[in-house]
Amino acid sequence: MLTKRIIPCLDIKDGRTVKGTNFIDLRDAGDPVELAALYAEQGADELVFLDITATNEKRKTLAALVDRIAHRINIPFTVGGGISSVEDVRVLLDSGADKISVNTAAFRDPELINRLAAEFGSQCVVLAIDAKKGEDGEWYVYLNGGRLATDKKCLDWATEGVQRGAGEILLTSMDHDGTKAGFAKEITGLVSGSVNVPVIASGGGGAPEHFADILDGHADAALAASIFHFREVSIPELKSYLRQAGIPVR
Amino acid sequence: MKLVIIKYNAGNVRSVQFALERLAVEPLLTEDPVEILSADRIIFPGVGEASSAMAYLKERGLDKVILDAKQPFLGICLGMQLMCAHSEENDTPCLDIFQEKVKRFVADQPHLKIPQIGWNNIHGLKTPLFRDVEENSHCYFVHSYYASLGDHTIARTDYCGGFSAALQTRNYYGVQFHPEKSAEVGSAIIKNFLNII
Repeated sequence: MLTKRIIPCLDIKDGRTVKGTNFIDLRDAGDPVELAALYAEQGADELVFLDITATNEKRKTLAALVDRIAHRINIPFTVGGGISSVEDVRVLLDSGADKISVNTAAFRDPELINRLAAEFGSQCVVLAIDAKKGEDGEWYVYLNGGRLATDKKCLDWATEGVQRGAGEILLTSMDHDGTKAGFAKEITGLVSGSVNVPVIASGGGGAPEHFADILDGHADAALAASIFHFREVSIPELKSYLRQAGIPVR
Repeated sequence: MKLVIIKYNAGNVRSVQFALERLAVEPLLTEDPVEILSADRIIFPGVGEASSAMAYLKERGLDKVILDAKQPFLGICLGMQLMCAHSEENDTPCLDIFQEKVKRFVADQPHLKIPQIGWNNIHGLKTPLFRDVEENSHCYFVHSYYASLGDHTIARTDYCGGFSAALQTRNYYGVQFHPEKSAEVGSAIIKNFLNII
């Protein structure tokens, strides 16, 4: 049976992890490769690296980091953050990334998704969407890391993205992100039920029961960052909780 | 050991290369027939589309090189599909090393997504490729097409029905999953391939 995936996310700046971690036993907790290797050993199913570097050196440092990760890690990983061209993606895939995620650039230029899917195949194109619930009760797309509102409905954008060739949707609820109060079940389930590609839920995972809740029919995978970094929830414990709750996991 | 990865127009071979390097094997990436046929092991990876991959192989005579191989040979993902008789992907006649046919998944339940992306279990494991690999171990899959079950099936996985997770005949092996991305289980399978006599 296809299992549900647990995906730790690492924020990267200038080749280093951004948020602090609580892994005192790591030689260098700021080295994304060390942390990634630890998660892989603990049973993470996949990893996401989100690069927030905003300098001209970005491309070079990121490609070098991806190369180091790919040498070390034996599970799939996705790289995202400011990716805006076929050339960006080629460099990252050539360095060893399995998938890339696009967000704002794809929203500004939706044809980018078509070009990437045609060039590299849908299986490596993840469409990341940041969404927030509006006063009218509808979920809308936000850009630039959630700072910029748009009038595009989340469900419409997800559907369009998949039609254009996205092979997966990474859906972050800005309303839930950082709350540790549970994932956004409503919109995640709605998107998951409307597209025929896997949906990764992100934002709000704070306890094992939140993961069980969202993975039970609402999402194919769940992503979280700080609760893993600060060891509030460990991956082996989370997996064993999910197994007991009847959620298929590796 | 001389290990060759066949270079062609389908795929991201980096992760295969790195997985071998982690096992202390330096693979040679080449499309030169002489290099390929003089190797101790051949790996035929692939991520991409069947008809353009087959056209590329034929143009360069690599289809014949593959059929001439006498050494242990491992096709991965699209590589394995191209070793089958025929692929539904753009109605493509393939290498016919395995007589099994490649078809597109049809979702038989509404919650099943296509492509299948993620970790699924492999069972009914046969041949030394799976030596010391536990039944129902999980491997990482990414695919919309699958090889049917048949005489050459040496591992089975269930998704929209059962399909061949691995195939074997003579010196030829093929796996649908990505051993290079399947954590310790995948690494054990690659190691077994390196040790096949």
